[in-house]
Amino acid sequence: MPHFLLEIGCEEIPARMLDAALTELTRRLAELLTRESLLRPSDAAQKDGDDVAWQSSFATPRRLAVSTDRIAASQPDVTEQVLGPSVKVAFKDGKPTPAAEAFAKKTGVDVSTLTRVSNPKGEYLAATVTRKGRLAAEVLAENLPKEIQAIYWAKNMYWREGKPERFVRPIRWLVAMIDDRVIPLEFAGIKAGQKTYGHRILFPGAQSIPKADEYKDVLAKCGVIAGPKEREHRIRKTLDAATRTVAGARWREDAELLTTVVNLTEWPSVVLGNFDHQFLSLPEEVLVTVMRDHQKYFAVEDSSGKLAPHFLAVLNTDSDPDGLIRHGNERVLRARFNDARFFWDTDQKTFLKQRVEMLKPVTFQKDLGSYYAKAERMTRLADRISAAINVAGIEVDHAAVKEAARLAKTDLTTELVKEFTELQGIVGGLYARAQGLPHSVADAIYDQYKPESVEDAVPRTREGAVLSLADKADSIAGMFALGMIPSGSKDPFALRRQANGIVKILAEHGLPVGITTLLMDALHCYQENEAEAKFTHTGDLFKEAIHTFFRERLEFYLREVKGLAYDVVNATLTASADDVVDAVARATAVSSVRPSPDFESISTSFKRMKNILRQAAEANRRVAHPYDSSALKEQAEKTLAAEIPKVASQVNSLRAARHYEQALMEISRLRPHIDTFFDKVMVMVEDEELRAQRLGLLQTLVGEFSSIADFSEIVTERK
Amino acid sequence: MPNLNVPTFQELILRFQRFWAERGCVLQQPYDIEVGAGTMAPETFLRVFGPKPYRVAYVQPSRRPADGRYGENPNRLYKHTQLQVILKPPPQNVQELYLESLTAIGIDLGKHDIKFEEDNWEAPTLSAWGVGWQVMLDGLEITQFTYFQQCGGIDLDPICAELTYGLERIAAFLQDVDSIYDIVWARNPQDGSVMTYGDVRLKEELQLSVYNFEAADVEKTWAHLNLYEAECQDLIRQFNSLNSNKETSQQERERFPLLGAYELCLKCSHLFNILDARGAISVTERVGVIARIRQLAVGLAKAYLAQQMPAKAEKKQNVEVA
Repeated sequence: MPHFLLEIGCEEIPARMLDAALTELTRRLAELLTRESLLRPSDAAQKDGDDVAWQSSFATPRRLAVSTDRIAASQPDVTEQVLGPSVKVAFKDGKPTPAAEAFAKKTGVDVSTLTRVSNPKGEYLAATVTRKGRLAAEVLAENLPKEIQAIYWAKNMYWREGKPERFVRPIRWLVAMIDDRVIPLEFAGIKAGQKTYGHRILFPGAQSIPKADEYKDVLAKCGVIAGPKEREHRIRKTLDAATRTVAGARWREDAELLTTVVNLTEWPSVVLGNFDHQFLSLPEEVLVTVMRDHQKYFAVEDSSGKLAPHFLAVLNTDSDPDGLIRHGNERVLRARFNDARFFWDTDQKTFLKQRVEMLKPVTFQKDLGSYYAKAERMTRLADRISAAINVAGIEVDHAAVKEAARLAKTDLTTELVKEFTELQGIVGGLYARAQGLPHSVADAIYDQYKPESVEDAVPRTREGAVLSLADKADSIAGMFALGMIPSGSKDPFALRRQANGIVKILAEHGLPVGITTLLMDALHCYQENEAEAKFTHTGDLFKEAIHTFFRERLEFYLREVKGLAYDVVNATLTASADDVVDAVARATAVSSVRPSPDFESISTSFKRMKNILRQAAEANRRVAHPYDSSALKEQAEKTLAAEIPKVASQVNSLRAARHYEQALMEISRLRPHIDTFFDKVMVMVEDEELRAQRLGLLQTLVGEFSSIADFSEIVTERK
Repeated sequence: MPNLNVPTFQELILRFQRFWAERGCVLQQPYDIEVGAGTMAPETFLRVFGPKPYRVAYVQPSRRPADGRYGENPNRLYKHTQLQVILKPPPQNVQELYLESLTAIGIDLGKHDIKFEEDNWEAPTLSAWGVGWQVMLDGLEITQFTYFQQCGGIDLDPICAELTYGLERIAAFLQDVDSIYDIVWARNPQDGSVMTYGDVRLKEELQLSVYNFEAADVEKTWAHLNLYEAECQDLIRQFNSLNSNKETSQQERERFPLLGAYELCLKCSHLFNILDARGAISVTERVGVIARIRQLAVGLAKAYLAQQMPAKAEKKQNVEVA
């Protein structure tokens, strides 16, 4: 069976783009083969979803490659019927007219073989035509260049004169083969061939691939492990082996770093290097950042989990027989650590408190002014949040929050953060502690950017939580007021992530702070800032945008983090979506009572009531509100009317105490009365007055009991 | 006995220059006006325009006032030394050529670990960008390798390859010293005596750090900046009106001192850097001043292109006004 291979040989492809590009190339090939009828059915029974395994894909910094043995040598021949002129036109006196002959000529058949078909318009001539399937090589030569060009790159470039094509980096060779034959394709001025290239340094020069299915083996012999999975396996094994040379040591797992080094190497090996243990007096956060983010080294810890004075560098070469590579890496790390220590010592000469003024020339956002102004706003906002929390009976150290807010951004002026920007906040916290500030202040500063993702933890302390809220709310309020509201994939300031952070902090710290209040307060803090003059989205426009934006974030939190069903989330948030803690409590309660049959039935009834009320409104029917219970006639409706205030008063006191589950149980006690009502009572009667009273009853019912959740949003099995 | 294959700082420069001269590069001398990087020298910033093939290599001392450390930091300098190579258009084997240049200075690639890691270069004040790599040698960034895509807001065609070697880093690596100031700059072949980088440059690092951070007169520096800018703007305006006048002869156009205007623009950029290091630029001003300098650079790039190929300038090149 034919074996196909495509390899795009490229100058070093950025590590962060490699995985996505390979996935895309694999998908594009599958789609192309399917579209062009070049995909042979598998010999083994094909199972659903088994759509990846039939292709092998390979990627290294210098190549993307796909191969498969499921390619057909050529497309199948296609036989089809082509419709010609009508019989009336085609024959005169039983003889073919020029129209018939022209049609026969066009379809390449003899007039005598033409048949006749009838359709509603009449009788027509038809020719049966067989189209020869084209050779796979021909179809691929024509189409693969388009597929290569179409691969998406976050950033690409031109390299040839006249700028005929773009790619992530210059393409330097192409291999395209079916078995041992070259597919004659050309892209970027390069004709595909059988020549590939191995490892740059270990095996310079071209290497020939005799047959498509020998690709992997050819590369393995010239210093390239083509499969990312295999490289990862090898890196893990060699990391283990290198670490074993230090008693009790372990390398620190780091999935992101591992992917990076897999995508930076073709023939990976590992060296274990050492650094002077005097550097261990620097904070671990700093050392690990230098190693991981700047040098792409794995950190090593001892048996107690503490950082050990070693590192692991993943090389793109065979080995380091003379120890030169280890020596070089140690030298670089020493310089980096020396820098870090130098920065640390220098930074200590100016206390965070003295750095507040230094924030004046540091831009927060070009229209929102400096970090100095931001810190002032954050201090005011944090104070308001603290006060609101206090009112709700939750203790928070006001003074610590204010102090932390004032100092939170000062680490942006330190040398250490200028050098290692990813350590902002953390450095501030470390310095605050080193400079003798209270732990509550230092920890709040340290945690101010948390949570940085959905998975990340919230700040450890309440003071940290308030500070983080103030920081994020200030950014969101400012950007929204400028009209820079995230939409679609456009969210350059990661406001969604920050809003997710706000929701998560409120929920997990149990802070009863309304989102509208928080953001309005944040906006208020911009008063008398220069930025205010540039605001375009204030007042109701602002409120509405904030509401919509945060409702989505809250939905996301309840569904993705809390794992609640979407209809439960909708029912809860339609009732109200401002107080996060409350929404979580309501949603949890709804979720737990939802399986009960009473609740299911109530939900169905509420949907029915809402439908009736909607139809009534559409038909302009009067609704008596409040209704007059003495005007009601049937026993069933009188009973229901009598039950409503009783249940309502129970529910209201339970709701006030936030005993939502009990409140919902209480509501579901209405079920028999509602069921009887619908059995016995017709709402839309002719009698206009009676109808108005009954509609009024339903409206009261819906209004009274929809504040915990809008039951009509619950998806029920029965219609 | 010192290892003879380990070059002194000056020997390193000589080896690089010989290597690139042998590959067809014009060896230029460092530009004699303050620049922040080799890219800003006209041999790069202006030569990248137009279709004419060009290869040039030059050493460029590059000043970054804010990076000064009074000579106290072993790894950081106010003025570091770049070796800049421009290859227009880039040959197909440009990466191999680059690797050969490392062999030429005495690095046995078979014994080291080389990686090309993504690093895309961008200079907002020049409205210039490119894509490429930082070249890592045993974990040390030794070169910025860039395929220049746009310069002065103008899309380049052909593009060019720009290789920027950090000479202090490479020398420290080869000589295996931990401080830049310990690099052997020159060794007297007669008596073996040594001049270090510190002997040659330490005083300059100290005094210019003091100047940039403490002594530069803010008011006067602003005044200088404004004067240079005004003159540069004037020249650009004059050229543009000359250029749009149909009566202008080719000779008149060609003798117009755009290169002089460019020097004024470089002055502005350097003065801005001093003010920045001096902490004299507020947030609101900063964005504005950067925009002013970019406007000069972009205006000059456009004018230069018009001067080189008057008829084609507007049509052939996609001119974007930043």
